[in-house]
Amino acid sequence: MKIIYQWWWKVLTLVLIFYTLFAGMLFRVPALPILHETIRNLYFHVPMWMAMLTSLVISVVFSLMYLTTGKPEYDLASVESVKTGIMFFVLGLITGMMWAKYTWGAYWSNDPKQNSAAIAFLLYCAYLVLRNSVDEEQKRAKISAIYNVFAFPVMLVLIFVLPRLTDSLHPGNGGNPAFGRYDLDSHMRVVLYPAFLGWSLLSVWIASLRYRMALQEYKKNTL
Amino acid sequence: MKRYFITLLLLFVTSLLFAQSAQPTEMADAFRSQGKIYVVIATIAIIFVGLAIYLVMIDRRLRKIEKDN
Repeated sequence: MKIIYQWWWKVLTLVLIFYTLFAGMLFRVPALPILHETIRNLYFHVPMWMAMLTSLVISVVFSLMYLTTGKPEYDLASVESVKTGIMFFVLGLITGMMWAKYTWGAYWSNDPKQNSAAIAFLLYCAYLVLRNSVDEEQKRAKISAIYNVFAFPVMLVLIFVLPRLTDSLHPGNGGNPAFGRYDLDSHMRVVLYPAFLGWSLLSVWIASLRYRMALQEYKKNTL
Repeated sequence: MKRYFITLLLLFVTSLLFAQSAQPTEMADAFRSQGKIYVVIATIAIIFVGLAIYLVMIDRRLRKIEKDN
């Protein structure tokens, strides 16, 4: 946990995202019908989901650590990671809707990918409701940790597996090629992968700030 | 003769169709040469620098609170 107090990776975060802002707008992209220049959204929309995944994975790890050790700090870290993940979830959904309006024709076309994402979003909203409905601290921590551990694989299946089994407008689903096919010339990779890392690190940074605030509140309340 | 003529005509129509799809996809290439995209990038960069500084300030303020407690 010492690492969340260090600066070097926070500087790296800012440098990486700053780089992708320039590179994402200026570097050469494949000319594709329908997409045109909106293909650059790939550098900003997809990293939101990567950031969400990163913070949710971290929250599951802390939930498991809480269940094995029972340390209240791990519970706090897990919850704050989930909250950060939900924030990036919302950003991913909204940017996806925006992009869909100009490529699929409507903000919401009841596409399997969109519907699954919405259900997964409700799954994590239910996590917060469940957590706030239990007064007793240890019980709350334990129940929410168990819920989180089970919600994570369900979310993965909903967003990354089920839409791939049916026809979907979203790239990578139902015989619809993913963007992996287009960035084979590695012109897009040099922007996309740093963007993944940068935004993921940013989500970790925000989650760590939230955790440190929660820790201070917790210490104040237990004194 | 008429049949051959129609066949040729239809072949010509299909070649037209192919010519349609072979047209290059329109991209905003002029945007860069006119230099206007740089204005947008500058705006985004300013916003991000502002947010970055804000985030660093929050981190430092929190560090101070942690030290005091």
